[in-house]
Amino acid sequence: MTDEPLLRVSALSKSYGSRVGCDNVTFDLWPGEVLAVVGESGSGKTTLLNCLSTRLLPSSGTASYRMRDGHFRELYRMSEAERRFLMRTDWGFVHQNPADGLRMTVSAGANVGERLMAVGDRHYGKIRATAVDWLSRVEIEEDRIDDEPRAFSGGMRQRLQIARNLVTGPRLVFMDEPTGGLDVSVQARLLDLLRGLVTDLGLAAIVVTHDLAVARLLSQRMMVMKDGRVVESGLTDRVLDDPRAPYTQLLVSSILQV
Amino acid sequence: MTDIATYNFAYLDEQTKRMIRRAILKGIAIPGYQVPFASREMPMPYGWGTGGVQVTASIIGPDDVLKVIDQGADDTTNAVSIRAFFRKVANVAVTTDTASATIIQTRHRIPEHPLAAGQVLVYQVPIPEPLRFLEPRETETRKMHALEEYGLMHVKLYEDIARHGRIATTYAYPVKVEGRYVMDPSPTPKFDNPKMNHSPALQLFGAGREKRIYALPPFTEVVSLDFEDHPFEVQTFDQPCALCAAKNVYLDEVILDDHGDHMFVCSDTDYCEKRRGDGHRGHLAPETDLAPETHSAPGNMEPAQ
Amino acid sequence: MPTPLVVSNVAKSFTMHLRDGIKLPVVADVSFSIRAGECTVLGGPSGAGKSSILKMLYGNYAVDEGQIIVTHDGGLIDLATAGPRTVLAVRRQTIGYVSQFLRTVPRVSALDVVAEPLVERGEERESARSKARDLLARLNLPEKLWALPPATFSGGEQQRVNIARGFITGHPILLLDEPTASLDAKNRDVVIELIAAKKASDVALLGIFHDQDVREAVADRVIDVTAFAPGKIAA
Ligand SMILES: Nc1ncnc2c1ncn2[C@@H]1O[C@H](COP(=O)(O)OP(=O)(O)OP(=O)(O)O)[C@@H](O)[C@H]1O
Ligand SMILES: [Mg+2]
Ligand SMILES: [Zn+2]
Repeated sequence: MTDEPLLRVSALSKSYGSRVGCDNVTFDLWPGEVLAVVGESGSGKTTLLNCLSTRLLPSSGTASYRMRDGHFRELYRMSEAERRFLMRTDWGFVHQNPADGLRMTVSAGANVGERLMAVGDRHYGKIRATAVDWLSRVEIEEDRIDDEPRAFSGGMRQRLQIARNLVTGPRLVFMDEPTGGLDVSVQARLLDLLRGLVTDLGLAAIVVTHDLAVARLLSQRMMVMKDGRVVESGLTDRVLDDPRAPYTQLLVSSILQV
Repeated sequence: MTDIATYNFAYLDEQTKRMIRRAILKGIAIPGYQVPFASREMPMPYGWGTGGVQVTASIIGPDDVLKVIDQGADDTTNAVSIRAFFRKVANVAVTTDTASATIIQTRHRIPEHPLAAGQVLVYQVPIPEPLRFLEPRETETRKMHALEEYGLMHVKLYEDIARHGRIATTYAYPVKVEGRYVMDPSPTPKFDNPKMNHSPALQLFGAGREKRIYALPPFTEVVSLDFEDHPFEVQTFDQPCALCAAKNVYLDEVILDDHGDHMFVCSDTDYCEKRRGDGHRGHLAPETDLAPETHSAPGNMEPAQ
Repeated sequence: MPTPLVVSNVAKSFTMHLRDGIKLPVVADVSFSIRAGECTVLGGPSGAGKSSILKMLYGNYAVDEGQIIVTHDGGLIDLATAGPRTVLAVRRQTIGYVSQFLRTVPRVSALDVVAEPLVERGEERESARSKARDLLARLNLPEKLWALPPATFSGGEQQRVNIARGFITGHPILLLDEPTASLDAKNRDVVIELIAAKKASDVALLGIFHDQDVREAVADRVIDVTAFAPGKIAA
């Protein structure tokens, strides 16, 4: 365990004109830690996630990331080339809608292999073997490797998206409602899979969800957002079992049991 | 008949030619990079090589000797009409002889006869963007070129191998230029890819509808993309040209009759005719093949009018 | 005897924002310490705040006032103010907890639920599983259940999985919230033995035991939680 965070976020704000996306968000994320960001729709979760993953530039504030060489780099001062490189090697991004994160018209194997090829792997046999391995880790049968994700169910697509993201051994994964839009039973399977992968690989992750059960199951720490602000944060079970902020109490009370 | 004097030399006005030349120069300066240009309407439909025609029109001078081929042949309607066009609007000499041409405009082939320093090969390009296959957004493909994000090209080759057990792409086979830009060599057969590498000739590519020009200056490194365990290979033919017995050239299949009889002959008609003129005979060559006076070197040259 | 955990002047209340912000005081001036090799029992009627105290010690409930000093990783840490990462490290290394109910995770087998805390502490999965098997066998959980996720188990079966999960590690402090509540006599006796073994290996236990027999069998000391009722003046 290192004594330095992987990501340091300080006073991050993003406004869309007069509308607030996220306001003054500050936190650190350590290696291997899963942080859930919860709140109802429109509370700024996705804005925050997009700023952190540099898909969106914040209006103000800073975020620095500890690179593999141990040095912190200010994300919003990196060149686009560096950021994109980071995004396809050291980071992953799991979209709520798998179609946004997959290439729907190329095979499952190529979807998984793309990142490898992007970082210069040029051995077909090895790329394919790695793809087979990752498909099995996300519980997709090997004989589906040449099928296009168009032929997959929603849950399979989402698992494929996860494999595609994890194949380069990222240290940080962003997830936007990873189980949204899936049936409850499919959700459970996906969550369990994610939980296992995150633990086995020691991934740090920031998971945006409005589902407190997802937060409970996946994360150690939680941030509750309302109107772009963080109204409460702390250990996930502490926030869920002893919610302090009025809004958190409302969130927790409005679901049956998590 | 229209009077030649009513056309500007080589049809395009001087402003336009200057603009296109600037694009060409930029392309030469950044080998493999697609330079946008303001493509003009030409008196022929898109798909008939308007990009190549504009490039040729911008570089051609009164002393040039022009050859035009369409899939290797000098005598298709397309090749004939482009050749006629330049004879008319630029009053230049035209030829079918590869060696004596100074400018060769081509659709889908590189001549078999090795090109020499001083020659210019102008390609007609339908779709210049090699990444288009997987990434429809132009803003994104431009960024990918800028940032050298070429993983997608290998995704395409990966798919080939996954589906067919080998790289099945046989034409428009992507290349990397000087270790930097990935480029679509236009729909030439991959057989011709090695000819692009370190060619002494200047190679210019014009895409009219897509408004792009790109270039390979002489002696540029052009490497076909591949995998370590599936290396790039050119097509091989298990028999020589049926007419001139040439080996190691690109052959077209010609259907002979309704019974499915066919033969393989040089796609480069000038090359084939030359060889036959020199006495080479393939197994299906008629005994009295070609009259030597029309097909002996230096080919059928029509001087400027 | 070393003192691994000292609680001083801890207070806890809940503010119910959804009910006009009424404040529900639970305990105040909670002060006690527990000792290695002993089982300290929290006593008092239902609603007195016993579970709340355990939850504060585990970092599961926030603390309004006071200190919870725990010996962790060669130093002293105040859990009342510690950040999430520290609390997690304390849970991993120093304080174990057997809750009243098992929180099941979909698709994880009973065996892995039990082995997980050991794996988290860096033990090889196979050796952790083998220890988990021993414990589940000892708690008489039928072997055919081990590979199944506990979600469908009976209350008593789930509780035995929960107990095994809590007892499998060598945490120096172990908190027990009614671990025997839904167990039959035979398994209650196993838990009593397990507690005795923990004491013998110098673990400091703090527990809530509804069952009089169990309490008498394991308790070295009973702390009456009613003494911490809010409004009372501390002695
Ligand atoms: N998360 C919570 N939010 C609001 N009130 C709570 C919460 N947890 C406990 N309480 C309240 O705090 C008081 C003490 O509860 P606690 O569970 O600590 O009692 P206990 O002594 O363990 O009781 P029992 O013997 O019945 O288990 C009760 O009034 C309870 O309703
Ligand atoms: Mg209780
Ligand atoms: Zn021939």
